[in-house]
Amino acid sequence: MVSTHPLVEARDLTKVYPARGSTPEFRAVDGIDFALERGESFGLLGPNGAGKSTTMRMIAATSPISGGSLRVLGMDPMKQGPEIRARLGVVTQDDHLDNELTVRENLHIYGRYFGLPRAVIRERATRLLDFAQLQEKAGDQVETLSGGMRRRLTIARSLINEPDILLLDEPTTGLDPQARHILWDRLFQLKQQGVTLILTTHYMDEAEQLCDRLVVVDHGRIVAQGSPQELIHRYATREVLELRFRLDERDTAAEKLRTSVLATGGTDAEGRVELLPDRVLVYTADGEAALATVHAMSLTPLTALVRRATLEDVFLKLTGRSLIE
Amino acid sequence: MLRVFRYWVTLYRRTWRGSIVINVLNPLLFLIGIGAGLGALVDDNAPAQIAGVSYAAFFAPGMLAAAAMQNAFLEGSAGVARAAGFGAYRSATPTPLRPEQLAAGHLLFITFRVLIASGAFIVVMAAFGLIGGWWALGALLGATLTGVAFAAPAAAWAVGVRKLRHIDTVFRFVIMPLYMFSGTFFAVSQLPEWIRPVSYLLPLWHGVELCRTLSLGTATITGSSVHIAYLLTLAIGGFLVARVTYRRRLHP
Ligand SMILES: Nc1ncnc2c1ncn2[C@@H]1O[C@H](COP(=O)(O)OP(=O)(O)O)[C@@H](O)[C@H]1O
Ligand SMILES: [Mg+2]
Repeated sequence: MVSTHPLVEARDLTKVYPARGSTPEFRAVDGIDFALERGESFGLLGPNGAGKSTTMRMIAATSPISGGSLRVLGMDPMKQGPEIRARLGVVTQDDHLDNELTVRENLHIYGRYFGLPRAVIRERATRLLDFAQLQEKAGDQVETLSGGMRRRLTIARSLINEPDILLLDEPTTGLDPQARHILWDRLFQLKQQGVTLILTTHYMDEAEQLCDRLVVVDHGRIVAQGSPQELIHRYATREVLELRFRLDERDTAAEKLRTSVLATGGTDAEGRVELLPDRVLVYTADGEAALATVHAMSLTPLTALVRRATLEDVFLKLTGRSLIE
Repeated sequence: MLRVFRYWVTLYRRTWRGSIVINVLNPLLFLIGIGAGLGALVDDNAPAQIAGVSYAAFFAPGMLAAAAMQNAFLEGSAGVARAAGFGAYRSATPTPLRPEQLAAGHLLFITFRVLIASGAFIVVMAAFGLIGGWWALGALLGATLTGVAFAAPAAAWAVGVRKLRHIDTVFRFVIMPLYMFSGTFFAVSQLPEWIRPVSYLLPLWHGVELCRTLSLGTATITGSSVHIAYLLTLAIGGFLVARVTYRRRLHP
Protein backbone atom coordinates (compact mmCIF):
# COMPACT_ATOMS: atom_id res chain seq x y z
CA MET A 1 0.00 0.00 0.00
CA VAL A 2 1.54 3.29 -1.06
CA SER A 3 0.48 6.21 1.01
CA THR A 4 1.45 9.84 0.98
CA HIS A 5 0.64 10.35 4.63
CA PRO A 6 3.49 10.70 7.08
CA LEU A 7 4.30 7.49 8.96
CA VAL A 8 4.09 9.37 12.22
CA GLU A 9 2.36 12.67 12.73
CA ALA A 10 2.22 14.50 16.05
CA ARG A 11 0.34 17.71 16.65
CA ASP A 12 0.58 19.54 19.94
CA LEU A 13 1.44 16.19 21.49
CA THR A 14 1.40 16.36 25.27
CA LYS A 15 2.08 13.98 28.12
CA VAL A 16 1.25 14.67 31.72
CA TYR A 17 2.16 11.95 34.21
CA PRO A 18 -0.43 11.90 36.98
CA ALA A 19 0.60 12.62 40.55
CA ARG A 20 1.70 9.58 42.48
CA GLY A 21 2.11 9.59 46.23
CA SER A 22 3.99 12.74 47.16
CA THR A 23 5.23 13.39 43.60
CA PRO A 24 3.05 15.99 41.89
CA GLU A 25 1.83 15.55 38.33
CA PHE A 26 4.46 16.20 35.72
CA ARG A 27 4.28 17.58 32.19
CA ALA A 28 6.99 15.56 30.48
CA VAL A 29 6.03 16.47 26.90
CA ASP A 30 4.61 19.92 26.40
CA GLY A 31 3.01 20.31 22.98
CA ILE A 32 5.33 19.08 20.26
CA ASP A 33 4.71 18.84 16.50
CA PHE A 34 6.56 16.75 13.99
CA ALA A 35 6.01 14.46 11.03
CA LEU A 36 8.04 11.49 9.91
CA GLU A 37 8.22 10.41 6.28
CA ARG A 38 8.94 6.93 5.01
CA GLY A 39 12.63 6.13 4.60
CA GLU A 40 13.66 9.01 6.77
CA SER A 41 15.89 8.84 9.76
CA PHE A 42 14.65 11.17 12.41
CA GLY A 43 16.25 12.10 15.70
CA LEU A 44 15.14 13.51 19.01
CA LEU A 45 18.08 15.17 20.63
CA GLY A 46 18.05 16.48 24.16
CA PRO A 47 19.44 16.17 27.67
CA ASN A 48 18.22 13.72 30.31
CA GLY A 49 14.67 14.40 31.35
CA ALA A 50 13.80 16.29 28.14
CA GLY A 51 10.93 13.90 27.43
CA LYS A 52 12.54 11.80 24.71
CA SER A 53 11.66 8.38 26.11
CA THR A 54 8.17 9.55 26.92
CA THR A 55 7.68 10.65 23.31
CA MET A 56 9.03 7.32 22.08
CA ARG A 57 6.65 5.40 24.32
CA MET A 58 3.68 7.35 23.02
CA ILE A 59 4.71 6.62 19.43
CA ALA A 60 5.21 2.96 20.36
CA ALA A 61 1.64 2.84 21.68
CA THR A 62 2.80 1.86 25.15
CA SER A 63 1.90 5.12 26.85
CA PRO A 64 -1.43 6.89 26.40
CA ILE A 65 -1.19 10.49 25.19
CA SER A 66 -2.56 13.24 27.43
CA GLY A 67 -3.29 15.86 24.80
CA GLY A 68 -2.93 16.87 21.17
CA SER A 69 -3.08 14.25 18.46
CA LEU A 70 -0.85 11.42 17.31
CA ARG A 71 -1.17 9.14 14.29
CA VAL A 72 1.18 6.23 13.79
CA LEU A 73 1.06 4.36 10.47
CA GLY A 74 -2.28 6.04 9.91
CA MET A 75 -3.72 4.59 13.12
CA ASP A 76 -4.69 5.91 16.53
CA PRO A 77 -2.33 4.55 19.22
CA MET A 78 -5.04 4.91 21.87
CA LYS A 79 -7.39 2.58 20.00
CA GLN A 80 -5.21 0.40 17.80
CA GLY A 81 -2.23 -0.19 20.05
CA PRO A 82 -1.72 -3.89 19.26
CA GLU A 83 -2.05 -3.30 15.49
CA ILE A 84 0.51 -0.49 15.64
CA ARG A 85 2.91 -2.43 17.85
CA ALA A 86 2.75 -5.36 15.45
CA ARG A 87 4.39 -3.17 12.81
CA LEU A 88 7.00 -1.39 14.91
CA GLY A 89 10.43 -2.43 16.07
CA VAL A 90 11.28 -1.01 19.46
CA VAL A 91 14.62 -0.79 21.20
CA THR A 92 13.93 0.63 24.64
CA GLN A 93 16.44 2.62 26.62
CA ASP A 94 17.26 -0.35 28.86
CA ASP A 95 17.74 -3.76 27.30
CA HIS A 96 15.09 -6.07 28.57
CA LEU A 97 16.52 -9.35 27.50
CA ASP A 98 15.92 -12.65 29.19
CA ASN A 99 19.16 -13.45 30.93
CA GLU A 100 18.17 -17.01 31.65
CA LEU A 101 17.56 -17.85 28.00
CA THR A 102 20.02 -18.19 25.15
CA VAL A 103 20.51 -15.62 22.43
CA ARG A 104 18.48 -17.61 19.94
CA GLU A 105 15.73 -18.36 22.45
CA ASN A 106 15.36 -14.65 23.10
CA LEU A 107 14.69 -14.08 19.42
CA HIS A 108 12.34 -17.03 19.33
CA ILE A 109 10.21 -15.99 22.29
CA TYR A 110 9.99 -12.47 20.97
CA GLY A 111 8.91 -13.66 17.55
CA ARG A 112 6.22 -15.77 19.21
CA TYR A 113 4.88 -12.67 20.96
CA PHE A 114 4.23 -11.34 17.47
CA GLY A 115 2.43 -14.54 16.57
CA LEU A 116 4.96 -15.44 13.86
CA PRO A 117 5.15 -19.10 12.79
CA ARG A 118 8.13 -21.05 14.12
CA ALA A 119 9.65 -21.68 10.69
CA VAL A 120 9.55 -17.98 9.84
CA ILE A 121 11.20 -17.10 13.14
CA ARG A 122 13.91 -19.70 12.63
CA GLU A 123 14.77 -18.36 9.22
CA ARG A 124 14.74 -14.72 10.30
CA ALA A 125 16.65 -15.44 13.51
CA THR A 126 19.53 -16.90 11.54
CA ARG A 127 19.63 -13.88 9.26
CA LEU A 128 19.37 -11.42 12.16
CA LEU A 129 22.11 -13.13 14.15
CA ASP A 130 24.30 -12.68 11.09
CA PHE A 131 23.36 -9.05 10.85
CA ALA A 132 24.10 -8.50 14.55
CA GLN A 133 27.37 -10.45 14.27
CA LEU A 134 26.24 -12.82 16.98
CA GLN A 135 26.27 -16.14 15.07
CA GLU A 136 28.84 -17.70 17.38
CA LYS A 137 26.86 -16.61 20.42
CA ALA A 138 23.55 -18.08 19.28
CA GLY A 139 23.58 -20.86 21.86
CA ASP A 140 25.05 -18.83 24.71
CA GLN A 141 23.12 -17.59 27.68
CA VAL A 142 22.41 -13.87 27.36
CA GLU A 143 23.95 -13.28 30.77
CA THR A 144 27.40 -13.86 29.28
CA LEU A 145 27.13 -11.13 26.60
CA SER A 146 28.95 -7.81 26.74
CA GLY A 147 27.02 -4.53 26.76
CA GLY A 148 27.56 -3.97 23.06
CA MET A 149 26.42 -7.50 22.19
CA ARG A 150 23.29 -7.13 24.33
CA ARG A 151 22.47 -3.96 22.48
CA ARG A 152 22.97 -5.61 19.10
CA LEU A 153 20.81 -8.52 20.18
CA THR A 154 18.10 -6.09 21.28
CA ILE A 155 18.23 -4.46 17.86
CA ALA A 156 18.17 -7.83 16.09
CA ARG A 157 15.20 -8.84 18.20
CA SER A 158 13.33 -5.65 17.35
CA LEU A 159 13.65 -6.51 13.65
CA ILE A 160 12.07 -9.97 13.95
CA ASN A 161 8.69 -8.70 12.72
CA GLU A 162 10.26 -6.77 9.80
CA PRO A 163 8.94 -3.49 11.16
CA ASP A 164 7.87 -0.45 9.13
CA ILE A 165 9.55 1.84 11.63
CA LEU A 166 12.42 1.13 13.99
CA LEU A 167 12.43 3.12 17.24
CA LEU A 168 15.73 3.34 19.08
CA ASP A 169 15.91 5.00 22.48
CA GLU A 170 19.50 6.00 23.21
CA PRO A 171 20.95 3.05 21.32
CA THR A 172 24.57 3.60 22.31
CA THR A 173 24.39 5.18 25.75
CA GLY A 174 26.80 3.49 28.13
CA LEU A 175 28.78 1.67 25.44
CA ASP A 176 32.51 2.02 24.94
CA PRO A 177 33.65 3.78 21.75
CA GLN A 178 34.44 0.60 19.87
CA ALA A 179 31.09 -1.01 20.63
CA ARG A 180 29.43 2.22 19.67
CA HIS A 181 31.12 2.30 16.29
CA ILE A 182 30.07 -1.28 15.52
CA LEU A 183 26.52 -0.33 16.40
CA TRP A 184 26.55 2.80 14.27
CA ASP A 185 27.80 0.71 11.40
CA ARG A 186 24.87 -1.72 11.82
CA LEU A 187 22.36 1.10 12.06
CA PHE A 188 23.84 2.84 9.08
CA GLN A 189 23.40 -0.36 7.11
CA LEU A 190 19.72 -0.45 8.07
CA LYS A 191 19.36 3.14 7.00
CA GLN A 192 20.94 2.29 3.65
CA GLN A 193 18.36 -0.46 3.24
CA GLY A 194 15.67 2.16 3.56
CA VAL A 195 14.43 1.33 7.05
CA THR A 196 12.69 4.28 8.64
CA LEU A 197 14.39 5.14 11.92
CA ILE A 198 13.43 7.26 14.89
CA LEU A 199 16.13 7.59 17.45
CA THR A 200 16.78 9.56 20.57
CA THR A 201 20.19 10.45 21.76
CA HIS A 202 22.04 12.88 23.88
CA TYR A 203 25.15 12.41 21.83
CA MET A 204 25.74 15.01 19.18
CA ASP A 205 28.06 12.87 17.12
CA GLU A 206 25.46 10.15 17.03
CA ALA A 207 22.81 12.54 15.80
CA GLU A 208 25.18 13.85 13.15
CA GLN A 209 26.04 10.34 11.99
CA LEU A 210 22.59 8.82 11.86
CA CYS A 211 19.90 11.47 11.48
CA ASP A 212 18.67 13.15 8.32
CA ARG A 213 16.57 15.46 10.38
CA LEU A 214 16.39 16.30 14.05
CA VAL A 215 14.34 18.06 16.61
CA VAL A 216 16.15 19.44 19.61
CA VAL A 217 14.00 19.04 22.71
CA ASP A 218 14.36 20.59 26.11
CA HIS A 219 11.87 20.50 28.99
CA GLY A 220 9.33 18.72 26.80
CA ARG A 221 9.39 21.34 24.07
CA ILE A 222 10.99 21.54 20.65
CA VAL A 223 13.55 24.32 20.63
CA ALA A 224 14.84 23.83 17.08
CA GLN A 225 14.58 21.50 14.13
CA GLY A 226 16.29 20.82 10.85
CA SER A 227 19.06 18.70 9.40
CA PRO A 228 22.27 18.52 11.42
CA GLN A 229 23.97 20.77 8.88
CA GLU A 230 21.15 23.32 8.91
CA LEU A 231 21.14 23.46 12.68
CA ILE A 232 24.88 23.99 12.85
CA HIS A 233 24.66 26.60 10.17
CA ARG A 234 21.80 28.41 11.86
CA TYR A 235 22.83 28.25 15.50
CA ALA A 236 26.59 28.00 15.46
CA THR A 237 29.54 29.33 13.55
CA ARG A 238 31.66 27.34 11.21
CA GLU A 239 34.49 26.99 13.67
CA VAL A 240 34.97 26.99 17.39
CA LEU A 241 38.05 27.98 19.29
CA GLU A 242 38.36 26.18 22.61
CA LEU A 243 40.62 27.79 25.15
CA ARG A 244 41.78 26.56 28.53
CA PHE A 245 43.42 28.87 31.01
CA ARG A 246 45.31 28.49 34.26
CA LEU A 247 42.88 28.63 37.13
CA ASP A 248 44.16 31.93 38.52
CA GLU A 249 44.09 33.51 35.09
CA ARG A 250 40.75 32.13 33.99
CA ASP A 251 38.36 34.78 35.29
CA THR A 252 40.31 37.81 34.09
CA ALA A 253 40.91 36.19 30.72
CA ALA A 254 37.23 35.37 30.38
CA GLU A 255 36.29 38.91 31.26
CA LYS A 256 38.68 40.34 28.69
CA LEU A 257 37.38 38.01 26.00
CA ARG A 258 33.79 38.77 26.78
CA THR A 259 34.30 42.46 26.19
CA SER A 260 36.59 41.99 23.21
CA VAL A 261 35.79 42.23 19.53
CA LEU A 262 35.49 38.41 19.51
CA ALA A 263 32.30 38.57 21.54
CA THR A 264 30.70 41.58 19.97
CA GLY A 265 31.64 41.38 16.32
CA GLY A 266 29.29 40.23 13.62
CA THR A 267 25.79 38.85 13.62
CA ASP A 268 23.91 36.72 16.10
CA ALA A 269 25.67 33.43 15.54
CA GLU A 270 28.85 35.09 14.42
CA GLY A 271 31.21 36.11 17.20
CA ARG A 272 30.18 34.87 20.59
CA VAL A 273 32.01 33.81 23.71
CA GLU A 274 30.68 31.08 25.99
CA LEU A 275 32.11 30.48 29.42
CA LEU A 276 32.06 26.88 30.57
CA PRO A 277 33.34 25.68 33.93
CA ASP A 278 36.49 24.22 32.41
CA ARG A 279 37.01 26.18 29.21
CA VAL A 280 36.07 29.17 27.12
CA LEU A 281 34.48 28.72 23.70
CA VAL A 282 34.89 31.36 21.02
CA TYR A 283 32.47 31.00 18.11
CA THR A 284 33.94 32.33 14.94
CA ALA A 285 34.07 31.91 11.20
CA ASP A 286 37.83 31.65 11.32
CA GLY A 287 39.39 29.94 14.31
CA GLU A 288 43.00 30.72 13.46
CA ALA A 289 42.31 34.42 13.08
CA ALA A 290 40.46 34.42 16.39
CA LEU A 291 43.41 32.74 18.07
CA ALA A 292 45.71 35.44 16.66
CA THR A 293 43.39 38.04 18.21
CA VAL A 294 43.60 36.23 21.55
CA HIS A 295 47.38 36.30 21.43
CA ALA A 296 47.33 39.95 20.41
CA MET A 297 45.38 40.63 23.63
CA SER A 298 48.41 39.13 25.39
CA LEU A 299 46.39 36.28 26.81
CA THR A 300 48.23 32.98 27.22
CA PRO A 301 45.88 30.01 27.14
CA LEU A 302 47.25 26.64 28.33
CA THR A 303 45.70 24.95 25.33
CA ALA A 304 43.98 26.27 22.26
CA LEU A 305 42.03 24.07 19.88
CA VAL A 306 40.25 25.00 16.67
CA ARG A 307 37.50 22.59 15.70
CA ARG A 308 34.36 22.33 13.58
CA ALA A 309 31.16 23.37 15.27
CA THR A 310 28.92 20.46 16.32
CA LEU A 311 25.39 19.99 17.52
CA GLU A 312 26.75 20.31 21.05
CA ASP A 313 27.39 23.95 20.23
CA VAL A 314 23.89 24.26 18.81
CA PHE A 315 22.45 22.95 22.03
CA LEU A 316 24.56 25.26 24.13
CA LYS A 317 23.46 28.21 22.05
CA LEU A 318 19.80 27.24 22.26
CA THR A 319 19.57 26.50 25.94
CA GLY A 320 22.64 28.05 27.50
CA ARG A 321 23.41 24.64 28.96
CA SER A 322 25.79 21.90 28.06
CA LEU A 323 24.10 18.73 26.85
CA ILE A 324 25.88 16.26 29.09
CA GLU A 325 26.29 17.64 32.57
CA MET B 1 -2.44 -15.18 26.62
CA LEU B 2 -1.26 -18.61 25.54
CA ARG B 3 1.87 -17.03 24.07
CA VAL B 4 2.61 -15.55 27.46
CA PHE B 5 1.90 -18.86 29.14
CA ARG B 6 4.29 -20.54 26.71
CA TYR B 7 6.99 -18.10 27.69
CA TRP B 8 6.73 -19.04 31.35
CA VAL B 9 6.66 -22.72 30.48
CA THR B 10 9.87 -22.26 28.47
CA LEU B 11 11.55 -20.86 31.56
CA TYR B 12 10.03 -23.55 33.75
CA ARG B 13 11.34 -26.30 31.48
CA ARG B 14 14.85 -25.44 32.62
CA THR B 15 14.06 -25.92 36.29
CA TRP B 16 11.10 -28.25 36.46
CA ARG B 17 13.02 -31.31 37.65
CA GLY B 18 14.38 -29.50 40.66
CA SER B 19 11.05 -27.93 41.38
CA ILE B 20 9.16 -31.23 41.23
CA VAL B 21 11.65 -32.78 43.61
CA ILE B 22 11.00 -29.94 46.02
CA ASN B 23 7.25 -30.30 45.50
CA VAL B 24 7.45 -33.95 46.56
CA LEU B 25 10.14 -33.74 49.21
CA ASN B 26 8.55 -30.92 51.11
CA PRO B 27 5.28 -32.65 51.96
CA LEU B 28 7.11 -35.94 52.42
CA LEU B 29 9.33 -34.52 55.15
CA PHE B 30 6.43 -32.64 56.67
CA LEU B 31 4.19 -35.68 56.84
CA ILE B 32 6.92 -37.96 58.18
CA GLY B 33 7.72 -35.40 60.84
CA ILE B 34 4.09 -34.79 61.72
CA GLY B 35 3.01 -38.41 61.47
CA ALA B 36 5.85 -39.87 63.50
CA GLY B 37 6.59 -37.01 65.85
CA LEU B 38 4.09 -34.30 66.58
CA GLY B 39 1.17 -36.39 65.39
CA ALA B 40 1.93 -39.20 67.82
CA LEU B 41 2.16 -36.69 70.61
CA VAL B 42 -1.09 -34.97 69.72
CA ASP B 43 -2.97 -38.21 69.14
CA ASP B 44 -1.90 -39.57 72.54
CA ASN B 45 -2.85 -36.46 74.45
CA ALA B 46 -5.86 -34.97 72.79
CA PRO B 47 -7.49 -37.51 70.54
CA ALA B 48 -10.98 -36.11 70.85
CA GLN B 49 -10.13 -32.58 69.82
CA ILE B 50 -9.96 -32.96 66.10
CA ALA B 51 -12.89 -34.70 64.58
CA GLY B 52 -11.82 -38.14 65.60
CA VAL B 53 -9.16 -38.59 62.92
CA SER B 54 -5.42 -38.94 63.29
CA TYR B 55 -3.55 -35.67 63.51
CA ALA B 56 -1.79 -36.42 60.23
CA ALA B 57 -5.11 -36.85 58.42
CA PHE B 58 -6.30 -33.60 59.96
CA PHE B 59 -3.14 -31.65 59.33
CA ALA B 60 -2.19 -32.82 55.82
CA PRO B 61 -5.07 -31.17 53.88
CA GLY B 62 -4.63 -28.01 55.93
CA MET B 63 -1.00 -27.93 54.94
CA LEU B 64 -1.98 -28.67 51.34
CA ALA B 65 -4.11 -25.52 51.21
CA ALA B 66 -1.56 -23.41 53.07
CA ALA B 67 1.26 -24.55 50.77
CA ALA B 68 -0.86 -23.67 47.75
CA MET B 69 -1.43 -20.24 49.25
CA GLN B 70 2.23 -19.70 49.96
CA ASN B 71 3.50 -20.83 46.54
CA ALA B 72 0.86 -18.84 44.73
CA PHE B 73 1.41 -15.73 46.80
CA LEU B 74 5.18 -15.74 46.29
CA GLU B 75 4.97 -16.33 42.54
CA GLY B 76 2.12 -13.83 42.24
CA SER B 77 3.92 -11.12 44.21
CA ALA B 78 7.71 -11.37 43.97
CA GLY B 79 7.53 -13.10 40.59
CA VAL B 80 5.20 -10.46 39.21
CA ALA B 81 7.06 -7.49 40.70
CA ARG B 82 10.29 -8.75 39.17
CA ALA B 83 8.71 -9.32 35.78
CA ALA B 84 7.24 -5.82 35.89
CA GLY B 85 10.43 -4.13 37.06
CA PHE B 86 13.04 -5.59 34.76
CA GLY B 87 11.83 -8.94 33.54
CA ALA B 88 9.49 -10.57 31.12
CA TYR B 89 6.75 -7.94 31.14
CA ARG B 90 9.23 -5.28 30.06
CA SER B 91 10.39 -7.20 27.03
CA ALA B 92 6.81 -8.09 26.07
CA THR B 93 5.40 -4.58 26.45
CA PRO B 94 6.44 -3.24 23.01
CA THR B 95 4.93 -6.29 21.28
CA PRO B 96 1.30 -6.57 20.19
CA LEU B 97 0.44 -8.24 23.52
CA ARG B 98 -1.76 -6.18 25.80
CA PRO B 99 -1.04 -5.77 29.52
CA GLU B 100 -4.25 -7.69 30.23
CA GLN B 101 -2.87 -10.63 28.27
CA LEU B 102 0.35 -10.51 30.24
CA ALA B 103 -1.69 -10.71 33.44
CA ALA B 104 -3.84 -13.57 32.20
CA GLY B 105 -0.93 -15.58 30.81
CA HIS B 106 1.15 -15.27 33.94
CA LEU B 107 -1.77 -16.15 36.21
CA LEU B 108 -2.51 -19.16 34.04
CA PHE B 109 1.06 -20.30 34.53
CA ILE B 110 0.90 -19.76 38.29
CA THR B 111 -2.28 -21.85 38.33
CA PHE B 112 -0.44 -24.58 36.49
CA ARG B 113 2.45 -24.46 38.97
CA VAL B 114 0.11 -24.66 41.95
CA LEU B 115 -1.71 -27.54 40.31
CA ILE B 116 1.53 -29.48 39.91
CA ALA B 117 2.76 -28.76 43.42
CA SER B 118 -0.62 -29.68 44.92
CA GLY B 119 -0.73 -32.82 42.80
CA ALA B 120 2.66 -33.88 44.18
CA PHE B 121 1.44 -33.16 47.70
CA ILE B 122 -1.67 -35.27 47.19
CA VAL B 123 0.34 -38.17 45.77
CA VAL B 124 2.41 -38.14 48.94
CA MET B 125 -0.77 -37.98 51.06
CA ALA B 126 -2.15 -40.97 49.16
CA ALA B 127 1.07 -42.88 49.77
CA PHE B 128 0.49 -42.37 53.50
CA GLY B 129 -3.08 -43.53 53.09
CA LEU B 130 -4.40 -40.09 54.01
CA ILE B 131 -6.53 -39.60 50.92
CA GLY B 132 -7.87 -41.68 48.09
CA GLY B 133 -10.36 -42.03 45.25
CA TRP B 134 -12.27 -39.14 43.70
CA TRP B 135 -11.88 -37.09 46.85
CA ALA B 136 -8.25 -36.64 45.88
CA LEU B 137 -9.25 -34.96 42.65
CA GLY B 138 -11.62 -32.67 44.54
CA ALA B 139 -8.88 -31.72 46.98
CA LEU B 140 -6.52 -31.04 44.07
CA LEU B 141 -8.99 -28.58 42.54
CA GLY B 142 -9.72 -27.09 45.95
CA ALA B 143 -6.04 -26.46 46.64
CA THR B 144 -5.50 -24.99 43.18
CA LEU B 145 -8.44 -22.67 43.62
CA THR B 146 -7.03 -21.61 46.99
CA GLY B 147 -3.77 -20.75 45.25
CA VAL B 148 -5.42 -18.70 42.52
CA ALA B 149 -7.49 -16.84 45.11
CA PHE B 150 -4.19 -15.57 46.51
CA ALA B 151 -2.20 -15.24 43.29
CA ALA B 152 -4.63 -12.96 41.46
CA PRO B 153 -4.99 -10.26 44.14
CA ALA B 154 -1.26 -10.55 44.89
CA ALA B 155 -0.43 -9.96 41.21
CA ALA B 156 -2.84 -7.03 41.01
CA TRP B 157 -1.00 -5.42 43.89
CA ALA B 158 2.58 -6.49 43.14
CA VAL B 159 2.67 -5.28 39.54
CA GLY B 160 2.89 -1.76 40.98
CA VAL B 161 5.43 -2.60 43.68
CA ARG B 162 8.88 -1.13 43.07
CA LYS B 163 10.58 -2.28 46.26
CA LEU B 164 10.76 -6.01 46.77
CA ARG B 165 11.08 -5.65 50.53
CA HIS B 166 7.45 -4.48 50.66
CA ILE B 167 6.55 -7.98 49.52
CA ASP B 168 8.64 -9.48 52.28
CA THR B 169 6.77 -7.34 54.80
CA VAL B 170 3.38 -8.42 53.54
CA PHE B 171 4.47 -12.03 53.54
CA ARG B 172 5.60 -11.81 57.13
CA PHE B 173 2.73 -9.81 58.56
CA VAL B 174 -0.20 -10.93 56.43
CA ILE B 175 0.45 -14.35 54.97
CA MET B 176 2.27 -15.99 57.88
CA PRO B 177 -0.36 -15.04 60.50
CA LEU B 178 -3.01 -16.58 58.26
CA TYR B 179 -1.50 -19.99 59.04
CA MET B 180 -2.27 -19.48 62.72
CA PHE B 181 -5.84 -18.37 62.45
CA SER B 182 -7.12 -20.48 59.59
CA GLY B 183 -7.15 -23.91 61.19
CA THR B 184 -4.03 -25.16 59.48
CA PHE B 185 -2.26 -26.65 62.49
CA PHE B 186 -5.21 -26.90 64.85
CA ALA B 187 -8.95 -26.57 64.51
CA VAL B 188 -10.48 -23.11 64.71
CA SER B 189 -12.76 -24.51 67.41
CA GLN B 190 -9.67 -24.62 69.64
CA LEU B 191 -9.23 -20.87 69.36
CA PRO B 192 -10.84 -18.51 71.92
CA GLU B 193 -14.46 -17.99 71.09
CA TRP B 194 -14.21 -14.26 70.33
CA ILE B 195 -11.63 -14.75 67.62
CA ARG B 196 -13.44 -17.46 65.70
CA PRO B 197 -15.64 -15.16 63.59
CA VAL B 198 -12.46 -13.52 62.30
CA SER B 199 -11.21 -16.89 61.16
CA TYR B 200 -14.34 -17.51 59.17
CA LEU B 201 -13.60 -14.37 57.16
CA LEU B 202 -10.07 -15.39 56.28
CA PRO B 203 -9.55 -16.73 52.77
CA LEU B 204 -7.13 -19.39 53.93
CA TRP B 205 -9.72 -20.76 56.35
CA HIS B 206 -12.05 -21.33 53.40
CA GLY B 207 -9.25 -23.02 51.47
CA VAL B 208 -8.31 -25.21 54.41
CA GLU B 209 -11.91 -26.18 55.15
CA LEU B 210 -12.57 -26.94 51.50
CA CYS B 211 -9.49 -29.16 51.18
CA ARG B 212 -9.96 -30.79 54.57
CA THR B 213 -13.60 -31.74 54.17
CA LEU B 214 -12.87 -33.03 50.68
CA SER B 215 -9.95 -35.11 51.82
CA LEU B 216 -11.73 -36.51 54.91
CA GLY B 217 -14.80 -37.20 52.83
CA THR B 218 -17.00 -35.01 55.04
CA ALA B 219 -17.68 -32.27 52.50
CA THR B 220 -21.23 -30.99 52.11
CA ILE B 221 -22.62 -29.31 49.02
CA THR B 222 -23.57 -26.16 50.92
CA GLY B 223 -20.32 -25.85 52.82
CA SER B 224 -18.16 -26.44 49.77
CA SER B 225 -20.23 -24.04 47.66
CA VAL B 226 -19.68 -21.25 50.16
CA HIS B 227 -15.94 -21.88 50.22
CA ILE B 228 -15.73 -22.10 46.44
CA ALA B 229 -17.80 -18.95 45.95
CA TYR B 230 -15.62 -17.04 48.40
CA LEU B 231 -12.37 -18.15 46.76
CA LEU B 232 -13.69 -17.64 43.23
CA THR B 233 -14.72 -14.11 44.13
CA LEU B 234 -11.18 -13.35 45.26
CA ALA B 235 -9.68 -14.92 42.15
CA ILE B 236 -11.97 -13.15 39.69
CA GLY B 237 -11.95 -9.87 41.59
CA GLY B 238 -8.16 -10.00 41.77
CA PHE B 239 -7.90 -10.61 38.05
CA LEU B 240 -10.25 -7.73 37.22
CA VAL B 241 -8.20 -5.35 39.34
CA ALA B 242 -4.98 -6.75 37.83
CA ARG B 243 -6.20 -5.81 34.36
CA VAL B 244 -6.29 -2.19 35.49
CA THR B 245 -3.08 -2.14 37.53
CA TYR B 246 -1.10 -3.99 34.85
CA ARG B 247 -2.06 -1.39 32.29
CA ARG B 248 -1.26 1.45 34.65
CA ARG B 249 2.23 0.11 35.33
CA LEU B 250 3.18 -1.15 31.89
CA HIS B 251 1.62 1.62 29.82
CA PRO B 252 2.36 4.63 32.04
N1 LIG C 1 6.34 6.80 34.41
C1 LIG C 1 6.62 8.06 34.80
N2 LIG C 1 5.92 8.64 35.79
C2 LIG C 1 6.21 9.90 36.18
N3 LIG C 1 7.16 10.67 35.65
C3 LIG C 1 7.89 10.15 34.66
C4 LIG C 1 7.67 8.82 34.18
N4 LIG C 1 8.54 8.57 33.19
C5 LIG C 1 9.28 9.70 33.06
N5 LIG C 1 8.90 10.65 33.93
C6 LIG C 1 9.46 12.00 34.05
O1 LIG C 1 9.28 12.67 32.84
C7 LIG C 1 10.45 13.42 32.50
C8 LIG C 1 10.92 13.04 31.12
O2 LIG C 1 11.41 11.71 31.18
P1 LIG C 1 11.91 10.93 29.91
O3 LIG C 1 10.86 10.95 28.88
O4 LIG C 1 12.41 9.62 30.37
O5 LIG C 1 13.12 11.86 29.45
P2 LIG C 1 14.40 11.50 28.58
O6 LIG C 1 14.18 10.19 27.92
O7 LIG C 1 14.51 12.63 27.61
O8 LIG C 1 15.56 11.47 29.52
C9 LIG C 1 11.46 13.16 33.59
O9 LIG C 1 11.47 14.27 34.46
C10 LIG C 1 10.96 11.93 34.27
O10 LIG C 1 11.26 11.97 35.65
MG1 LIG D 1 15.22 8.49 28.08
